[in-house]
Formats: sequence, structure tokens, C-alpha cells
Amino acid sequence: MSTPSIGTPLPRVDGRAKVTGAARYAAEFTQPGQAHAVLVTSTVGRGRVTAIDSRDAARLPGVLAVVSHLNAPRLAYRAHKGSIDPAAGERLHVFQDAEVRFFGQPVAVVVADTLQQAQHAATAVRIGYEARPPAVRLDGADRAAVVPEAMRPGARTQADTARGDADRALAAAAVRVDATYDIAREHHNPMEPHATVAAWHGDRLTVWSKSQFVVNEAAELAAVFGLPAEHVRVICPYIGGAFGTSLRTWPHVTVAALAARHVRRPVKLVLTRQQMFYATGHRPRTHQRLALGATREGQLTALVHEGTGETSRYEQFIEALTSVSPMMYACRNVRTRYRLLPLDSSTPTYMRAPGESSGLFALESALDELAVALQMDPVALRLRNDTARDQHTGLPFSSRSLRACHELGAARFGWARRNARPGSMRDGRLLVGWGVASATYPMIRAQASARARLLADGTAEVEAAASDMGPGTYTAMTQVAADALELSPSQVRFRLGQSDFPPTPPHGGSMTMASVGSAVHAACLAVREKAGRSASRPVEGEATSAAGPEGQRFSMHAFGAVFVEVVVDPDLGMVRVRRAVGAYGAGRIVNPRLARSQCIGGMVGGIGMALMEQTVLDARDGRPVNASMADYLVPVNLDIGSIEAHFVDERDPHVNPLGVKGLGEIALVGMAPAIANAVFHATGRRVRELPIRLEALV
Amino acid sequence: MVPFAYQAARSEQEAMDGALAGGRYIAGGTTLIDLMREEVERPQRLIDINRLPLRAIDLRADRLVIGALARMADVAAHPAVVQAHPLIAEALVEGASPQLRNMASIGGNLLQRVRCQYFRTLDAPCNKRQPGSGCAAIGGINTTHAILGTSDHCVATHPSDLAVALVALEASVVTRGPGGERRFPVEELYRPPGDTPHLEHTLLPGELIVAVEVPRGGHARRARYLKVRDRASYEFALTSAAVALDVDGGVVRGARIAAGGVGTKPWRLRASEALLVGQRADGAAWARAADRAVEGARPLSGNGYKVRLLRQTIIRALEMAGDIA
Repeated sequence: MSTPSIGTPLPRVDGRAKVTGAARYAAEFTQPGQAHAVLVTSTVGRGRVTAIDSRDAARLPGVLAVVSHLNAPRLAYRAHKGSIDPAAGERLHVFQDAEVRFFGQPVAVVVADTLQQAQHAATAVRIGYEARPPAVRLDGADRAAVVPEAMRPGARTQADTARGDADRALAAAAVRVDATYDIAREHHNPMEPHATVAAWHGDRLTVWSKSQFVVNEAAELAAVFGLPAEHVRVICPYIGGAFGTSLRTWPHVTVAALAARHVRRPVKLVLTRQQMFYATGHRPRTHQRLALGATREGQLTALVHEGTGETSRYEQFIEALTSVSPMMYACRNVRTRYRLLPLDSSTPTYMRAPGESSGLFALESALDELAVALQMDPVALRLRNDTARDQHTGLPFSSRSLRACHELGAARFGWARRNARPGSMRDGRLLVGWGVASATYPMIRAQASARARLLADGTAEVEAAASDMGPGTYTAMTQVAADALELSPSQVRFRLGQSDFPPTPPHGGSMTMASVGSAVHAACLAVREKAGRSASRPVEGEATSAAGPEGQRFSMHAFGAVFVEVVVDPDLGMVRVRRAVGAYGAGRIVNPRLARSQCIGGMVGGIGMALMEQTVLDARDGRPVNASMADYLVPVNLDIGSIEAHFVDERDPHVNPLGVKGLGEIALVGMAPAIANAVFHATGRRVRELPIRLEALV
Repeated sequence: MVPFAYQAARSEQEAMDGALAGGRYIAGGTTLIDLMREEVERPQRLIDINRLPLRAIDLRADRLVIGALARMADVAAHPAVVQAHPLIAEALVEGASPQLRNMASIGGNLLQRVRCQYFRTLDAPCNKRQPGSGCAAIGGINTTHAILGTSDHCVATHPSDLAVALVALEASVVTRGPGGERRFPVEELYRPPGDTPHLEHTLLPGELIVAVEVPRGGHARRARYLKVRDRASYEFALTSAAVALDVDGGVVRGARIAAGGVGTKPWRLRASEALLVGQRADGAAWARAADRAVEGARPLSGNGYKVRLLRQTIIRALEMAGDIA
């Protein structure tokens, strides 16, 4: 029997392929006879297309077609709701009418022999519009907001929740804080652009497409084109970062398939960086009110959390903006309220710890404000309100390491040396600030399947439709399979990223390890059991794994604590994060090397959210003005000081067979409030708007 | 990208002939290629000047001579530059990213086009890209735009860090063209936008920048470049200041100050300089000079913060330069 691989820092099994360029990403799947498609996008924020003059474009060398609503076929658009699609509303139908719903909407596509020909011809297509002023401002969100249809009374998750009487308790509280918090629109901005290569063989469609959810992409394309489900195949073995932007199947995927059918050739469509700011989802802008009441000893007595997020007019994207607040701490009186503001915009989507990160920014900032009001250490305040029971559901936590995370993080950071008075810590002329925040993210497990095959040479092949956008799915699943099969990882080949592999849930929500990992584990146990009964090879086993009744008995979440040191130049307003220490209780750590790497990535994402990331819209036409990597700021290497990620030892037998909770999001969620709290500690200025740019501090 | 012809010039004469026939010079290409991809620039013919022998960096008794085709990275790391004019090295390293600095030439850096987002997209009005079409930035998003030297037709900020340093050091550009060789201050290379923002520089048709010359003098050693921005690299200046001081016995004998990120061209602050001369080199003097620098600033709807930030930037840069003593 081989030694267990789970828990060991196995280097990435796909590392060599990635650094040698052997790993192929969506845009690299060139097909024989392939043509190139380039989108033409609307230059008004709302209105109608009144004319499309493609005569000049059509005459240019190499141009095969200009397709728009004027000549596109009516597509089937059968009803299809993937688990990542908004429950209310209907996706944008491409080229089916003249309506312009947002700036940058695809209104035509140019197909040509070469990319350069298509790009040039796209600029020669002249579009006439009847334009109307779009509504894109979030001002007045409180008045114009609506209750999300999917969260009306009777639904599983409610837009409004209450226990006790929070407003009365707030009014009566010995100490209170009550403030509003705003977060800018953000775009995922992975390095790899969205790309789809589409090829038809009769009425069968194959696409090589950047997707975090190949199973759903295939189902959606079948629905859009009115095909039998088994006629569509989606392939995506590698993803160059995604952060949620490739969970849904966005309009360009349909456009690529449509264009390929139109010109009867395979077609490659790659979005430009600018186009990645138009219709591939974004973190919605949010406006939140958070009010806390407490006793003088720091016991929470009231919590009010009201939040509004932007959405489009054709779909209602909802996220967990206010859902952490009733669960996180002990408090008898809690009221939450969640609303949406439909705007002339494309639909937002899940981005890097969606909802939780935005909501926790408000909650953890407010707790810091409360700690200041109480003159209490912010770590002590959080631990004072720790709870072993989720007071929202009434269930005990399957495990909760919040205290251990704060203690470990504080020790590693040296928190005890903090002088609580704002502005009291200095390095030369720079103001030094130390801030802390708690983090949490739910343990999500969805049904997943996997297949394992034991070959005559003693090695094994394991397959699942899953994705690997960077966290290390290939490697971690190889380890899970190796242990279940009692092989060494080098004897296991794990394959993913094909829609005809056993189905798996979206590669998001930190659910891959819990969901796909459990399925791989089950499939490998099944095949081992079969192999024990028969000597014939190959022997194959498939398993489907899903959550059991444990969700009725336990509230299951990962927890963490983040400690941050910033320096602020008091005259110039520049903020830099010098060091960050994150401590996480995330169940079993399958691979400490990958886990650390993933946490560092998440923490860097949190620095971006806190200090830099912001999509700026021109209110006159809804144009995202800073749609480039030069103008949409994300942290660069020079912005990142020391980052440490630590894991507390946490054994949770309840969550799933592997005892894992997921790591993708938990590392990001606490960063923004910890940084904002550190900025306050450095400067005495409470910034309640993200990102905290130097404009706010100079 | 619009189809174009490409020609590699083997001599300055060949280059100029090509330019006079409608060609555009290309060196590192870090501005031009980007804009050609967006079809903001649509040259029909490119004259590649990279083979011309204009890369030398030469420290002479009275001046530093930098060939126009020397790469930003090479100039920043060159011992003669670091020794004679650390300000130039500092400004170069603060600019762009390592990849861009490896490609971008000194001449191209001086002639780089503006970062105004409306200029860089074809579907927005922009007087610089399409004269007479209007300025989308004035009524739109203008947080990074200029507060000095603006007009009702254009408010785009000149993006070069290097040019700010060179203006402070009273450097000259050396050009050769059909009319022969010229030598004039870097400051005079740039035109204010006025009502012709599409005309950005004073080069004559076919004229080629062949070198930049920086005089050596007492200012050079007490010279610092300060760039203020939200991230530590690969971002254009929100504000910047190049400061060179000649301080003797605690008294300012001479001062040169130029600001970046705030002007439609690299902005020399002569009035502030004059206020400093003869004054004690101290915080009160720095504050007076900084106050003077922002007089006449015309903030837009989104960049009012730059007035205060520029003032603070100049004070800090003066402190940095003054403290070297």
C-alpha cells in the first residue's frame, strides 16, 4: 500500500504542460479551414439599431459574412436555466431583435479568413441607432430598488429576514454604529480572454471554449440552437484564470456557433480586453447600510443589514450580499433586507467570493467602527460574539474555527504589539495601520459524477467534466484518486474539461473539491471494489455523489481571520499593503502547496478589491471608460509585500467524505475590510467606499 | 488594423524621404502599434528607423547626449546617466513596465500619444483624433485629466515621465530634417492644445528626433523625480514632479521644477522656481512654491483632487531634493 497522497505538497501535475506551452487554451484550438469572427458592439447605452450598413465591410478582402439581427436565423432559445443563471429573467438573445439594452451589446459579427481582415472589416460596419439615455447610476438605489423575484415570501431564500426586533434593539443600544458602504463595479479580468472555437458537423456542434462549466455550456448551446443535448460537445482542458466570468455562457459563445453555421466553416472568436468589460458579467455595484448595537461590554444586541445590488433590466442577478450577517456572530436581534436595482446594463455575475465579500466588507468595517466606539480590541470584539450555533438556522456549526483563526493569525502577525490609537504607529513619515477582519464562506457541495478505469498496466484513468481555472483541480483530484485506488499519483491520469465526461457542478463557489472530489473518491472506491472481485482489466466504475442529510443537521462554513499592515503617505494619500497574514479553518487541506498558492491569489484579489479595482461608467451612455489593463488597475508584483496563509488543523467529519470545505473564496473575503480597517488605524479616516483610491485620502 | 506598407530605412535620408512621402516613423512601436490595432492611428506606410545608428549614450564635458533610439531600459541603467543625471534614470524607471521599457525608444517616449480613454476608442468624440468632433472628457470621466494648459477643446494629460524630467533639466532635442539640423528645448517640442489639439508637436514634415541633450550643471545632483499613483508600477502619473535644486549654505541659488500628470504638456513651473531663488531651503519656501504652482489650475468635474495633490507632490519633491544635501 502506498503512502497517502492527500495532505502532501504534490507539485502541479500539469505544471510542465503549462510552462512548456503544451497546455492548450480555448483560443489555441485551431481547426482546419477555420475562419475568424470579430464582434461589432453597440456604441449607445440604450435604444434601437435603425440601420446596419455592411456594404463597405463586405467588399473588404477576405470577408465572408456580416451577421446581425437583419440576417441571422431565428434561434430556438428553448428554456434553459443552468444553476449559475439568474432565476428570474431571460438571457440576452443574440441578433434576434433591434433592441440595444446596454453599451457594448453585440449587434453584429464580421467573419473573415484572417483575424486581421475581420478586425478591420468590423470597423467598417456602420450602425445607425435611435439612442435613448440609459440609466446606469446607482444613486437613489434605496428608492428605485425592487425585491428580487426569486426571493419573495415563500422562496427558499428570502430577501428580508428578521429575528427579534433589530430596529428597536438598535434604538435602545448602549453603543451603536450606523453607516452606509459602497463598492464599485468590478470586472474579473483574468489574463486569458474569453474565446470560443466552434465547428459544426451536420447538426452536431463541437466548441472549444473557455468555460468553468462545460456541462452547462453544452446544455445551453443545445437549448439555443434547438439541438438534442447529445449533439453538442464542449471542450476546455485549461483555463487561464476566470474568477467567475466563465461560469455562464455569454453571448459571444452563441455568436461563434452562429457564425460558424452561417459561413459553413469552423469559426474562432476571441474577445478583446475591451469587450470583456461589456457582456461577460461583473461584480455588481452595491450600496449597503449596516447598523450595529451593542452593550458597553461589546455584546451585540442589534444588527441591521440592508443592501442593494445593481442588475440588468432583463435578468435579476442575486448574490449572498446580506446572508452572512445573520449567521456570523451571536446576536438576538437581526434584520436583513436585500434589493436589486435594474439598470441599462448587462447582467452581473459571480465574481471572486460573490456577495459574501461585498457583504462582509460592510459587516467587518462596521465591527471595526464598533470596536473603536467601545474602545475595545477588534479581535476581542469578534471573539466576544463568537457562537457555536448558527443563530439564523438554529443549527450547530459542523466545525467553526473562527477563534482558532484569530488566535493563530494574531500570533503570526504580532497583533499584541498594536497601539490601538489611530495614527499612533509610524515609520518615518509614513503612517502605519494594522487592521483585522473575520472571513467566512459557505461549504457548498453539489451533485457530481466521476468515472475511473483501472488498466492492465496497473495505472488508472479518472474522468470528470470539471474545470481547473488555476486552483489545481488536476493535481488535487489525482491525489484523491491515488489514495482511493491505493496507487501513487504518478499512476493516475485525471482528465477534465469535456462535457461528455461525467457531469459536475460549476467550477465556482469553492465547491469543486467538496463536490467533484467526493465523486472521484466514490468512483475510485467503486472501481477498486470491482477490481477486487475480478481480475479482468480494464475495469471501470462510475459514481455520483451528492450531499446527504447533514445539511439539515449542521450549518457548514469555512472561517478565517485576516490581519493586514498598510502604510499610508499622509500627504500623498498613497496606500500600500506591506504584509498580510491570513489564517483559515477550511477543513482538510488536500495539498498544502496548492492551498497556500490559492490563498495568496485570493488575498491579492482582495487587495485589488480594496485599493484599486473599479469599472468606471460614463453616465451619459453607460460606456465603461477604463476598459483596458492599463486603466483598470489590478495589483502588480510591486504592490504586494509579504503574504502568509496559514491553516488551522480542522477535522470536520460532517461536511463531506473528504472533510474539505473549499478554499477559493475564503481567502479573499476578509481582505477588503481588513485593509479598510487598517487604513482607518493609520489615518483616523474611515473610508466606506471601495476601492480606497488616493483621492479619498489626500 | 488598416493594411499598411512597411519599409526599413537604411539611412536618415531614406527615412526622411519615406516620411515626406506620407510615411510614419516607427521605433519601439509601443504607442503606435497599440493605436493601430484600435485603428485610432491609421498610417498607410511605416518607416522603421530602428536600423539607424542613433542608440549611443555619450557623456561629454558639458552635456549628456542620448541617442533617440536608445531604449528606456538601457538609458535608465547606463552608468553615465545614473552618474550625471540620476533624475533621468529615476523618471525612466517610474515609467511603463519592464517589458515596455525594453522596447520603447527615447524619441518615441517624447512623442507618445495621450492616455485619454476617449481618444483611444473610435466611437467617442475626440478633437485630437477627429478635429471638430468634440471632447467627450470635458463632460465625462476626467479623473486622470489635466488641470493646467487645458482648453475647451482638449484636456488630455501629457503622459511621459521622462519629458517632465527633461523639461526640468532644460534638455534639448536635436532633430534632423529636410531643412537640416535643429536644436531646441524639449519644452518647445510640445504645443498647447488650444483649438488644434490634433497638432501635438512642433516637428517639421519629415523631421526626425536624433538625440536628446542634457546640459550638466549644479542642479543635476540635487534632482529627484516623484510620481504619485494608486499602484506601484505600470500606471500613469496622477501627479508627478521633477525637481532640481542648487542649494548653497542653506539658500536656494537655483531651482527647476516641472510637473507631470497635470498638464496638457510637461509643465515647467517657472514662477515657483523664481519664488525659491534666494530663499532659505526650508518647508515654508517649499509651501510657497507649491501654492504658486497650482495658481491658475482649472480642475474639471472629476479631477479637483489633483490641485491639492499637485501641491503636496511639489512640496514632497522639493523636500526630497533639498534633503540630499
